[in-house]
Amino acid sequence: MAEPIVQVRNVTKIYKRDTMDIPVLQNISLDVPEGEFLALMGPSGSGKTTLLNLVAGIDRPNNGSITIAGSDISKLNESDLAKWRARHVGFVFQFYNLIPVLTAYENVELPLLLTHLSKAERKQHVEAALSVVGLADRMKHYPKQLSGGQEQRVAIARAIVTDPTIIVADEPTGDLDRKSAEDVLALMEQLNQEFKKTIVMVTHDPQAAEKAHKTRHLDKGELSQN
Amino acid sequence: MKIPLSYSFRSLWTRKLTTFLTIAGVALVSFVFTAVLMLANGVKNTMVATGSADNAIVLRKSAESETLSIITFDEADVIGTQPEIAIGNDGKPLMTKEVLTLINLKKHGAQPNDLSNVTVRGVTPDGILLRPQVKLTSGRMFNFGSSELIVGNEIADRFDGMGIGNTIKFAGRTWKIVGHFDAGRSGFASDIWGDANQILQAFNRQAYSSIVMRLKSPKDFAALKARFEADPRLNNLKIEPEKQFYAEQSQTLANFIRILGIVITVIFSFGAMVGAMITMYAAVANRTVEIGTLRALGFHRRSVLGAFLIESLFIALLGAGIGLLAASTLSLLTISTTDFASFSEIAFGFTMTGPIIISTFLFAAVMGFIGGFLPSFRAARLDIVNALRSA
Repeated sequence: MAEPIVQVRNVTKIYKRDTMDIPVLQNISLDVPEGEFLALMGPSGSGKTTLLNLVAGIDRPNNGSITIAGSDISKLNESDLAKWRARHVGFVFQFYNLIPVLTAYENVELPLLLTHLSKAERKQHVEAALSVVGLADRMKHYPKQLSGGQEQRVAIARAIVTDPTIIVADEPTGDLDRKSAEDVLALMEQLNQEFKKTIVMVTHDPQAAEKAHKTRHLDKGELSQN
Repeated sequence: MKIPLSYSFRSLWTRKLTTFLTIAGVALVSFVFTAVLMLANGVKNTMVATGSADNAIVLRKSAESETLSIITFDEADVIGTQPEIAIGNDGKPLMTKEVLTLINLKKHGAQPNDLSNVTVRGVTPDGILLRPQVKLTSGRMFNFGSSELIVGNEIADRFDGMGIGNTIKFAGRTWKIVGHFDAGRSGFASDIWGDANQILQAFNRQAYSSIVMRLKSPKDFAALKARFEADPRLNNLKIEPEKQFYAEQSQTLANFIRILGIVITVIFSFGAMVGAMITMYAAVANRTVEIGTLRALGFHRRSVLGAFLIESLFIALLGAGIGLLAASTLSLLTISTTDFASFSEIAFGFTMTGPIIISTFLFAAVMGFIGGFLPSFRAARLDIVNALRSA
């Protein structure tokens, strides 16, 4: 059997608030095989977003290791970790996090500015990504000119434009109406099935979790075994 | 790769009012900074234009200006025999023995007892020939041997009773104004000229103030200076190229304006820097999530630092450009003040130069950098998770 693309080993995460230590994750281990669509569920404060942040390389564990596609990212320094994220991670946020002063095209192009692609190559990639999410005709629109569902689809285009190793999505439907949420989930399902993208998604929404191959529950910093 | 410049520029216009006010603050400081440098430069240009490259001027050693200098008639005769002096059409050495005195006149609109010092320059006939920038604009030249005067246009325009045909009283005589002259942007434009011998007699003076001579060639200056130093009859005198003399004369006033102006501008600039800092801190606070997103996507801390510094620098440079444009209109103005070297009235303009433009932009860039650095540094240091959580 192939190595899991995400290997979380004995990870502990403790936040410090003033002089108090607040343990969020305790000795967590998790494997995600390549091409998996995994949903992480759990009540608020269970540590699911923290686990997602650790897998995405925007936070560091106090103990344990996180290996993504063979690289132990817990050992990378700040600068190397930024480079690693640019190359390997596509982000989808609950509130889309598009840059309001940039057009849909420019927002999707942002991660490509960290690659060595030429302007023409970047254009090709951006147009392809926006076509995948069905917004090729909205390239010149600014985020405020788009609906919530369209904004999230632009955010998904931004997440896939570099062809990352994994896509991490934090409550991607949390700010959307039911119809838009279904569209976004269908799109993520398509990315997983058609383009074989590995997706780790945090959600509260049972309907969203149904789209995933597998659901893991976090509660009080511990991961269930189902 | 850097965060695109369009991000920085467009972000500025999302907070139009604060951006505009900050630009206005920087523009104001840049205006004052530019105006001060233009003024100091105008003083220098006026004084330098007063001298001619071919002329040399003789004064008493230790005299810092013509008004404080004394050259006896005997010394003047010795100077006239120096072989380096060019010969005029009349076969005589081309030189003017001049006497300078100060009289008190009232400016337009001043109180009756609020008088200003004005230089009266007595010249000998070659005085006009040696100053090609001096041109009669109306009336006629004064007659040598009479109590007649011609008035520089800066004095004619600013003081009461300077019209042609008017008379003024000083040194126990009544003097008639017979002409007005233009002297370009030179200091002579702030003089009144008359016959040196008449002025010597009226003031009962037994000595000239200065002697200006045309050299056969500017290269002869070194030989002439050497002779001045060797000749015991001329030991108490000093000779300088006329241009250098007037350039040195301008130093005191120009430096005073420059130093006072720059001190004031630097104090003002703290206000502008605090303004820029507040604007940029507000920008960072409003865009915390954007910063977190950019960092999550893989942009380095230094890219975030750079993007915010560019915003701050852009505000500063735009302010500098507006300040410079506003200050450039000052070149249409002429103002006057007391020259510290001669204690007499001197009129000068504001002169813009390339180095002043560069200095203003550099000064503004420093303001933008200092004002923007701390907020930009804060933006770059934001923790990604905390920044994203503030959504």
